[in-house]
Order: sequence, then structure tokens, then C-alpha cells
Amino acid sequence: MQLASRKLIDRSFTGLSVFSIVLVAGALVIILTPIVGRGMGAVFFRGTVEHRQVQLDLFGHGRGEDIAAEVAAAEEARRQVYVLIAEFEQELADSIRARRQYAEAMEEVKAGLRELLGPFPGETPVLYRERYGQTRWDRAQIKLQRVLYAETYDYSDPTQMGQKVLTPRVEEFAGTSLEPLFTILPARLEEMLRPRPTFYWRFFTNTATADYSFGGIWPDILGTFYLTFWTILFAVPMGIISAIYLVEYAREGNRIVVLVRTCINTLAGVPSIVFGLFGLAFFINTLRVSEGRSVLAGSLTLALLILPLVIRSAEEAIRAVPHTYKEASLSLGAGQWRTIVRVILPAALPGVLTGVVISMGRAAGETAPIIFTAAVSVARPMGLWSGLSEPTHALPWSVYTLCTEHKTVDEIRHVQYGMVFTLVLMVLLLNSVAILLRARISRKLRG
Amino acid sequence: MAVMTGNITIQSCKPTDPQPSTADWKAHVRAEDFSVFYHRNEAVKKVTLDIPVGQVTAIIGPSGCGKSTLLRAINRMNDLIPGCHTTGLLALDGVDIYGPQIDVTALRRKVGMVFQKPNPFPKTVFDNVAYGPRIHGVRRRAHLAEIVERSCRQAALWEEVKDRLHENALGLSGGQQQRLCIARALAVEPELLLMDEPTSALDPIATDRIESLIAELRGRYTIAIVTHNMQQAARVSNLTAFMYMGELVEAAVTDRIFTNPQQRLTQEYITGRFG
Ligand SMILES: Nc1ncnc2c1ncn2[C@@H]1O[C@H](COP(=O)(O)OP(=O)(O)OP(=O)(O)O)[C@@H](O)[C@H]1O
Ligand SMILES: [Mg+2]
Repeated sequence: MQLASRKLIDRSFTGLSVFSIVLVAGALVIILTPIVGRGMGAVFFRGTVEHRQVQLDLFGHGRGEDIAAEVAAAEEARRQVYVLIAEFEQELADSIRARRQYAEAMEEVKAGLRELLGPFPGETPVLYRERYGQTRWDRAQIKLQRVLYAETYDYSDPTQMGQKVLTPRVEEFAGTSLEPLFTILPARLEEMLRPRPTFYWRFFTNTATADYSFGGIWPDILGTFYLTFWTILFAVPMGIISAIYLVEYAREGNRIVVLVRTCINTLAGVPSIVFGLFGLAFFINTLRVSEGRSVLAGSLTLALLILPLVIRSAEEAIRAVPHTYKEASLSLGAGQWRTIVRVILPAALPGVLTGVVISMGRAAGETAPIIFTAAVSVARPMGLWSGLSEPTHALPWSVYTLCTEHKTVDEIRHVQYGMVFTLVLMVLLLNSVAILLRARISRKLRG
Repeated sequence: MAVMTGNITIQSCKPTDPQPSTADWKAHVRAEDFSVFYHRNEAVKKVTLDIPVGQVTAIIGPSGCGKSTLLRAINRMNDLIPGCHTTGLLALDGVDIYGPQIDVTALRRKVGMVFQKPNPFPKTVFDNVAYGPRIHGVRRRAHLAEIVERSCRQAALWEEVKDRLHENALGLSGGQQQRLCIARALAVEPELLLMDEPTSALDPIATDRIESLIAELRGRYTIAIVTHNMQQAARVSNLTAFMYMGELVEAAVTDRIFTNPQQRLTQEYITGRFG
């Protein structure tokens, strides 16, 4: 080949490689940035007095006197609002005409105020969600807009979808005794909610109210941890033993070995939802390992899912152990089993471990296999051992249900992102642990 | 099965050869019409050879002539290779190595091996030497330490490693590693030591140390050493066997082989006219 054309090919190949690396890195940044950015929003935000009160009432965190003082100050600032409302309600009660004109709008304003500041004095709603106002300043801003503007839809142009029209309530209520409310509220909202930069690290360790409106994601983290723990416990010994068999005992070309290999490869390609259905049919309906969904059934299913991954990585790691170690051990009169346990496995450990940790990440993040076998949205808190036969929360499942089945998704976006962020963080943490361990062990092996 | 009786003579392939002066050497390993096959390929062809007790036997010959194969047959390392099988007799102390009754791990315990490339385990120096004794049931730390020191002293390694027993063995130099492998083999107290080109990966100084070590071990152990280095064979061995294309061409007292070979092939090989 001509030197010039060889150079050209060389160069275009280099260009292509660089391009693909940049593409991958870019994709990673594009995916991770919003996850990290928004995920941090679950932990770092401007928390209102309501947030601190929730922390005290539901979880017992914070100093009672401080919070009581703050609540008192906030109530002082809010009193004017409630006085205006009461006065205007009196006006409505007195005049049928006013009632006809304002009753509906008035209810909307009151509903908006309840969401923003919590229940009116004297009211005690049943739902936790309605007992407190906005805990986050960013959400409070949005709720404030709902109070300040009436939302209507304009259908006058039949060729287009209805257009949202916002009319300021100040105009709507112009001339009434309620009019000052719409200037006082935005002006003094800060005094009423007392936002303050908050580092809510307890997001990771608090349990949540049933609909995740308050609290953290501890049950989900714990559930994911349990599932991963048992999965690894089931899959790793099996996987390593299989790998040892395949490398050390199986004779290449043996029909059974070929069959086993085919099975492993097929297993690796089966879609995860199929594993989920299989787990339901086999572990729950046939073997009856539990009444219904349970950590046990879920982790058995996940173990099946990651088994090929573990076997393959362990097999590669064992194969990579220099043949000379085995020869040396055998020549000293060690049996095959001792050679494997004392020499080959320790030397293969870094590789095996890497495979295990990567499959851990996989097990922690899988959703489909646990849909039918383990995960639920409402579960009791439980222990590692006692929870084995109980259904559980799990991060990937909760992320999924929060965005598909939650009644007020918009209200708890930050929780969702927090969960995704935690999941990504867990996997990253696992991987860095793997890298560190691997480096340490290989350094020890290399001397 | 062949039974060893009294005095054994060293056999060369021509029965007409004059008897070497080895009348009082006792055979430790005896091969009679011993062949090793890799599938169909006969790598060692009907070899008849005695390896005498307490002596150093060198096996020389051009590359691919079956030296390693013969050596590895003695501790059955060839068992690891699929399709490898043997015919004829190979006996250790009169017991057929390939007999049905043989316990391979017990055999390998009696027959130590040192490989071409130093192959210490990725463990500490101490654990390397203690590996064999531990496998064979020595548990007491003090006893192990004793064995390690004795083996390292025998392998002329003790002074160099006594302060770094608990460092990784892969941090030693190549020559030290090879002596460590010898110490490791000695630690299980074998009767016979097989060495397959033990110095081919080492520099002259390290080679020199290994050679004087072999000289020291002579008498206490039976040693069989494969080497490509003619001077080495002449320096360290009492007996030399020359192989060519799987066959044993000539085996005799080393001085005889190098001064007065009986076969033309042997002469050509040791004078470097082919190989
Ligand atoms: N694992 C194996 N499978 C098949 N054939 C083999 C195997 N090992 C060696 N052989 C063959 O057996 C013959 C003898 O090999 P061997 O390794 O014993 O030679 P050698 O004398 O030790 O050579 P060298 O001096 O190069 O080490 C060679 O022809 C080689 O191709
Ligand atoms: Mg060889």
C-alpha cells in the first residue's frame, strides 16, 4: 500500500476513535449532569419553617424551643392573611351578590393558601400531606403563583388547543376588602415561611410518609441493600463454583460442557422482564418460597439474572492465573482442590471481585425482575433476616412507581431525582470500592 | 514390575558398550522401554535409563528431543496434558510410577521439581517455603519456621531473605526467586529433585550460585537436571544422558561422555556441530 494512503487510513481511524470517545464522554455528562444537579436538590435546598416542623413532628429532629419560636414568628406574620380572609368571608356571608360573584374564586384562593401555608388556624386535616404547608422555598414560589393568578383556558380559536390564560387575582378582587392580600402575600411570604439554606442529609436516613411528601428514602435504600446482599450471597458462591468447574474440571469438547456453556450464554441474553415472570411463576407459585412477593423470591430471581455475569468474569479471572502457579503447587504434592483453594482462587481474586461488584451494581439497579417478585410501594420496616419473607421497597421500583402511579408527581419530583441520584451514587461507590480493592489486592500479589 | 537388586549398571542403548565404572551406583529411578506419547506423537521413545541414588544426572540434547517430557514423566506432571500417555516401565525405588496403586500426590511429595522459569507463588517468602509442609499437615508455627530456615539455608538463600521473610516473593531477584523455588521444593523433604533448565532464565552469577548449590545437594538428594549448557552439564553432573529425537543415544559417566563419547551423534552434539 502507498505510504500516503496508509497514513490517511491511520489518521481517519484515529479521528474516528477520538470521536467515539468524545461521544461516550458527552453522553455520560449529558446523562449525569441533571441527575446530579437535580438529585442534589433533594438534599440542598431552601427549607421553610414547615420543613423544620415536619422534621420535629414526624422524626423528632431539631430543637423544640427554637422551632416553636420560629413557628410563633411565622404565625405572627401570617395572621394578617387569615384576618383578611375572615373579614372577606364575613362580607360574602352578608351579601348574596358578592357571594355569587366571588364564592368560587374565594374557594380557589383558600385552597391555594392551604397548600402554601398549611391548614387554616383551627383545622386539622386527616392526610399528613395536608397538615403542613410547603417545606421547600422553590415549591412555595410555584404555589404562590397559584394563589396570585387565576388559571383559565381560552377556547375561542377552534383551530387551536385551549390556551392557558392567567388573570391576576388582584384585578379579580379589585375593590374588595381582600385586595390587599395579593400584595401582602408576595411581600411578606418570606416572613411567613422563613426559608433558610438547608442541608437535609437525613434525606438518606429518614423514613417517609406513605406518599413520600415528607421524609427521606431510607426504606428504599435499605430494601435495595437487602435485595443486593441476598442476591450476591446466592449468586457468587454458585458462580465461582461453576467457573472453577468450567476451567479446572470440565474437559473441553465434552457435550455436557458445551451444553452448559450454551445455557450460560443464553441466560445472559434473556430479557430481564422474563426473569421477573419466571421468578413469579417458579419461586412464588411453584416452589412457594413465600406467600407473595418477598425479598427471598426477588433476590433468587436477581441471582439467576446475574449468574452468567459472575460465572463469566470468574472464569476469565481463573483462566488468567498463570499456569506455572498450578504446576508449582501440584509438584509440591498438593491435590487439585487444595491447589484451587490455596493458589488459584487467591490469585484470581481481583478479577473475581471486580465481576462481583459489577454484578452488584446490576442487581441493585434492575427493576423488571423485582416487579412481580419483591417490590411494593408500601411495606413494613424490617431486618435483614426477618425481612427475607416480606415484600420490600426498592430504589429502582420506587423511581418507577413515583413517576407512573403517584397522585401528585410534580410535588415530589425532588424525591424522585434524589432516588435516582442515590442509585447512581451507590453504583459509583460500589465501583470505586471495587477499583480500590482490586488495586490493593493486585499490589499485594505483585509485591 | 522390575525389582531393584544389588548393583545396577548404567545402560546405554548399545549393549556392546564397555561398562562404565559405576558398579556401585544404585538406581533410584529406572526406565525400561519407556515411551511417552502426546496423542499419536511419540515424544520419548523406548528409553532405558537408570538414575542413580544421590548422584546428579544431566539430560542433554537438542531442542524438542523430549528431555522435559521424560523429566516430567517422573513426577507425572504430564498428567495435566490431555492426550498424554505412556508405555513401558518407569519405576521409583522399584515401584511403578504409572501403576494402578500409586498415589500421585505422595509421589510428587517424594519427587520435587524446579521449573525453567522461577515460579514462586504471589505470597510472602515464608508462605512460599511453608506451602508444602502446610499442605502435608505441619501446623505449628515454630516447626514451620524451623523448616523454612533449614530449607532456605540448604538453598543458600537464608542470608538474603532472613530479614524479608514476610515480603512478597515476587519482589526478589530472578536468581533469588529460583533459589526460593529450590528451597520450596526442599521443604517437603523430597528424595529426588527434578530440574528443568533451572538456570536458563538467570544471569551468570546467579547461575553460578545455583550450580554450587547443586554441588552441595549432591549426595543428600538424587538430582536430575535438564540443561542446554554443555559446560554446566560437565560441571555439575556425575552422569550424563544424551537424547536425540526422543531416543536415548548414550548415557554414561559425565567425564566419559565429554572426553570419549561412544556414539558419533553424541560427539557431534557436544562439539557443537549441530543442535
Ligand atoms: N503439551 C504438548 N502437546 C503435544 N506435544 C508436545 C507437548 N509438549 C511437547 N510436545 C512435543 O514433544 C516433543 C518433546 O518436547 P519436550 O518439551 O520434551 O522437548 P525438550 O527436549 O524439553 O525441548 P526444549 O529443549 O526446547 O525444552 C516435541 O516434539 C514437542 O513438540
Ligand atoms: Mg524442555
